[in-house]
Amino acid sequence: MTSSHSAHDPHVASGTTPGDNDHLQGGGGPNPPEAPVARPGESLAREAWRRLRHNRAAMTSLILLVLMAVICIAGPWLLPWDLAEVDWENFGTGPTLANQHWLGTDANGRDLLTRTLYGGRVSLSVALVATLVSLVIGVLYGAISGYIGGRTDNLMMRFVDIMYSLPFMFLVILLMVVFGRNIFLIYAAIGAVEWLDMARIVRGQTLSLKRREFIEAAHALGVRDSKIVTRHLIPNSIGPVIIYVTLTVPKVILLESFLSFLGLGVQEPLTSWGVLISEGTSNMQGAPWMLIVPAAFLAVTLFCLNFLGDGLRDALDPRTR
Amino acid sequence: MNRLVSGCMAAALIWSLPLTVHAATLDIGIYGEPASLDAARVTGAVYDNDVLGDLFEGLVTLAPDGDYQPGVATDWSVSDDGLTWTFNLRDDARWSDGKPVTADDFVLAFQRALDPKVASIYANLLYPLKNAAAINRGEANIDTLGVQAEGDHRLHVELHQPTAYLPTLMAHIIASPVPSHLVREYGNDWTRLEHIATNGAFMPRRWVSHDHIETVKNPHFHDADSVTLEGVNYYLVEDLNTGLSRFRSGDLDVMRDFDASRYQWLKDNLGNAVHLHNQLSTYYYALNNREGHPTSDVRVREALNLALRRDIIVEKVLQGAANATSALVPDGVAHYDVQTMPGVDGDITARMNKARALLKDAGYGPEHPLDLRLRFNSRDDHRRIAVAAAAMWKPLGINIEMVNAEANVHYAEIARGDFDIARASWVADFDDASNFLGILASDNTKNYGGYHSDKFDSLLTQAAAQPDPDQRQQLLEQAERQALGDYAMAPIYADAARNLVNPDMTGWEDNAINRHLSRWISLNP
Amino acid sequence: MLSYIAKRLAMAIPTLLIVITASFFLMRVAPGGPFDGERQLPPEIEANLMAAYHLDEPLPMQYLRYMGNLLQGDFGPSFKYKDFSVTDLIAQGFPVSLELGGLAIALALLLGIPMGVMAALKRNTTVDYLLMGTALGGIAVPNFVIAPLMALFFGVMLGWLPVGGWNGGALPNLVLPVVALAIQQIAYIARMMRASMIEVLGSHFIRTARAKGLNERQVIWRHALRPAMLPVLSYLGPAIAGIITGSVVIEQIFGLPGIGRYFVQGALNRDYTLVMGTVVFYGILIVLMNLIVDLLYSLFDPQIRYDD
Repeated sequence: MTSSHSAHDPHVASGTTPGDNDHLQGGGGPNPPEAPVARPGESLAREAWRRLRHNRAAMTSLILLVLMAVICIAGPWLLPWDLAEVDWENFGTGPTLANQHWLGTDANGRDLLTRTLYGGRVSLSVALVATLVSLVIGVLYGAISGYIGGRTDNLMMRFVDIMYSLPFMFLVILLMVVFGRNIFLIYAAIGAVEWLDMARIVRGQTLSLKRREFIEAAHALGVRDSKIVTRHLIPNSIGPVIIYVTLTVPKVILLESFLSFLGLGVQEPLTSWGVLISEGTSNMQGAPWMLIVPAAFLAVTLFCLNFLGDGLRDALDPRTR
Repeated sequence: MNRLVSGCMAAALIWSLPLTVHAATLDIGIYGEPASLDAARVTGAVYDNDVLGDLFEGLVTLAPDGDYQPGVATDWSVSDDGLTWTFNLRDDARWSDGKPVTADDFVLAFQRALDPKVASIYANLLYPLKNAAAINRGEANIDTLGVQAEGDHRLHVELHQPTAYLPTLMAHIIASPVPSHLVREYGNDWTRLEHIATNGAFMPRRWVSHDHIETVKNPHFHDADSVTLEGVNYYLVEDLNTGLSRFRSGDLDVMRDFDASRYQWLKDNLGNAVHLHNQLSTYYYALNNREGHPTSDVRVREALNLALRRDIIVEKVLQGAANATSALVPDGVAHYDVQTMPGVDGDITARMNKARALLKDAGYGPEHPLDLRLRFNSRDDHRRIAVAAAAMWKPLGINIEMVNAEANVHYAEIARGDFDIARASWVADFDDASNFLGILASDNTKNYGGYHSDKFDSLLTQAAAQPDPDQRQQLLEQAERQALGDYAMAPIYADAARNLVNPDMTGWEDNAINRHLSRWISLNP
Repeated sequence: MLSYIAKRLAMAIPTLLIVITASFFLMRVAPGGPFDGERQLPPEIEANLMAAYHLDEPLPMQYLRYMGNLLQGDFGPSFKYKDFSVTDLIAQGFPVSLELGGLAIALALLLGIPMGVMAALKRNTTVDYLLMGTALGGIAVPNFVIAPLMALFFGVMLGWLPVGGWNGGALPNLVLPVVALAIQQIAYIARMMRASMIEVLGSHFIRTARAKGLNERQVIWRHALRPAMLPVLSYLGPAIAGIITGSVVIEQIFGLPGIGRYFVQGALNRDYTLVMGTVVFYGILIVLMNLIVDLLYSLFDPQIRYDD
């Protein structure tokens, strides 16, 4: 399992210098000496895109991911079966070309491919929404904390530290137990767990940025604080944030399937990859395809997301090559 | 780095040491852990019975086929008015610490089970005893309980109304004796392993919670000579798939349940290790009869029952590992004939047409669809049955919202009446039709659907007061027909006991109450 | 240093307070109580039970009672496991989780670091691609998929290893759970080690060392390895947290008597005190682990001082 609240993601840590690790300090630790700062402007984006395009693994992954998303969204409309439709003649039959269940059926006679694609919709939407939630909270929190600085920053980061030490996974499990199996709760709960890292990264960026000339200039010109944060600080931290987002998405997908595996996922007839894998596990002796099919979809997606994440990091932060 | 490696190797050596070979110990996979080794503090689940049944022996005990036979009592008699029973105790019964088992141990056991401070969950099974209910409510003194010791080896039990099944009840673990010398010394802590003494064929030696309970043969057991096992280990296996794997790999000699929907595959792959035996148990959907729920309309309840193809659920989802039924009282209950729900066995097309007509009549149709909430507790088989049922109701234009929750939540919610359709099941406490029909009585806490019929209630009351068994049967059958005609609920199947049993084992007999004392079992090398 | 430790420990107090309060009230507002079950209790029996566990008192009162007991180190009785106190259970379960987690971390470091170094040294060769591809596999396939598959393959089909159970921590019983738990961490550590090794090898002081004519082995073992391990070290905190949460699933799959399983079962059974006990215990554990990792970090990197 991914750690639900890793203070340093391996990739982030490796993307910066070792001294950049601000795991130790709540508020006033040493600032990243030389964080990779994205310069605003189109040239950088174009430069990054050029580098990304030359990364064959990342591009293949990107194409596969788009394909996966398209299949999951459009596939169910094209397939002859419905999500909850039971084929009474084919309970738990293996993959075959004979009966239009190309990847077999589940133990209830429902088409496994159809369910896997529907499950993909859920898993991918959880990934997107939860990442978005964590992104919004984390970026705002981090930028505000870093920009205001001083005692407020100290206090806000203390709070983050406190949150870090919470056994979060346990609270999420408790939440799911308490409020039942509900997809919106999954969005919110996972998003609420994942924003901490984002807040720290953005804060670090902000701290180093705000001493730069153009911010001080804006200050001197009397630009409002809120405008400085939204117009200058956040856009300028976008590079590391994008890197981090690509790392969060697979983590969120894993987290969702982890919860589903423990039986805390979405309600029938809805499904997700985690739910399908959990069902497959209990049928793997005798009906291994029920485990293999959803596991393969999940694994391919996670593979691609990781490759793409690596590629994006290389593209946005050329020093690591 | 080198030090770390050698450290790991040393550790590996140490860990590999406890691997000793167990000779003639029985390894049983149970799917829940007893709450306690104190019979007054367990819930009476199958796994409680498994463990405590081997550790303690009541006045009456169980033969391999599930029949009752003398235990600590050698014989018993009942007074002419049926209100006083006298049990004679054997004089060679011993606790595992060598102390004799006396009538006093039973008196204290029954008193503790009913003591409000002990708060036994199963206390109500002993309510036939005189003053028992009042004591448990805190309205009477514990000493007034209708049970007295006459010397060390005779016990009198007084009842408040004749109860023919008392010997059966005395074989239940709630009626196990307690070592009064230890209870007086240690209170509720008497079950701690350093204190405990047991009077059954085995005594506990180790208990690693969430892992296993290890017991060894009790040398003081009165029939110790015939016990061939050196010990029994009970392994907690919550997940049926894990249980299956552990059974297949030889870790377990017995696994106390398996996934019904894998029945065909299991039969093909494990052959005669797969045991299936009818059990007095009914799996049903409670339908909410209360005002404000669409299911309060009898037409809706009838339509739901008509469209439910029980044979297909049993054949497809459960792969034949149970018997479809539309009745509440299952086949095999003594002195009772199986009833059927009217209309549900006809041709499916006709049934569906009738169901459609009924729903239309009740005001539901394409522009006014029927939305129902189906609750079930999180388990694979319950989920699969719910999915199948929803698919069967779908052609009627019924949209089922499925809500699953863990057992504690599920039962709390359905007891509050927060459902339209809810999964439930009933396993007989004792072999009598009234034990099943009681769950539809207006005042019963198990009447989840809130079914209320004056006629049904009065038939049950008449039956309880009817001494003649044939007339009683008539009244009970009439009551069930009343409830089935009202479509009070939706029975689905009569459940079966499912076990995986090592074929090299002797002494295991499938039986209707699914209880198997390890003292009868031998493992062939 | 000491004052830093004291400060960190003081900071743990609000953390624990939040953990305790949040989980206490979360548990209590959860639908279903510890005594709800298939067997509907007659009202008088339910009343007896509620009184026996003080559940009939007002909630704030229960909270204060719990906090009071906690201050005296008493986690209370388990509602479900009546022959054990929560302290008993944690004392029984923690060594299991510790052994599992400790071995998994050790395995992850023992395999992950050499894998990463090797890949870095053979950068952009087949060896590198092979190692990193494997590592990516470890990240992409979650442990709850790998674990049952390994159990099926090595346990049921080949019969080499037990498919579950603890057996007092015997080595054969440990292999599958430890490996399943470690795989992902191995992968993370290998990737991280590779990246930081590449970076260190490209830095000025390594170039200087090479220029001074030191041979490649000395350069790598004497100079490059230590700084390259810093990110791995700082990853240990999250890795431990990840292993703790991962062990919840692994303990569930293999039926091991660790506290992760106590927690999940406790939450599902509404065993209030057991859930609270395990959560509080984990809270303390995570605080301590983070502290230890940070102190370790300072040992490796003398540039960091705790004097702010």
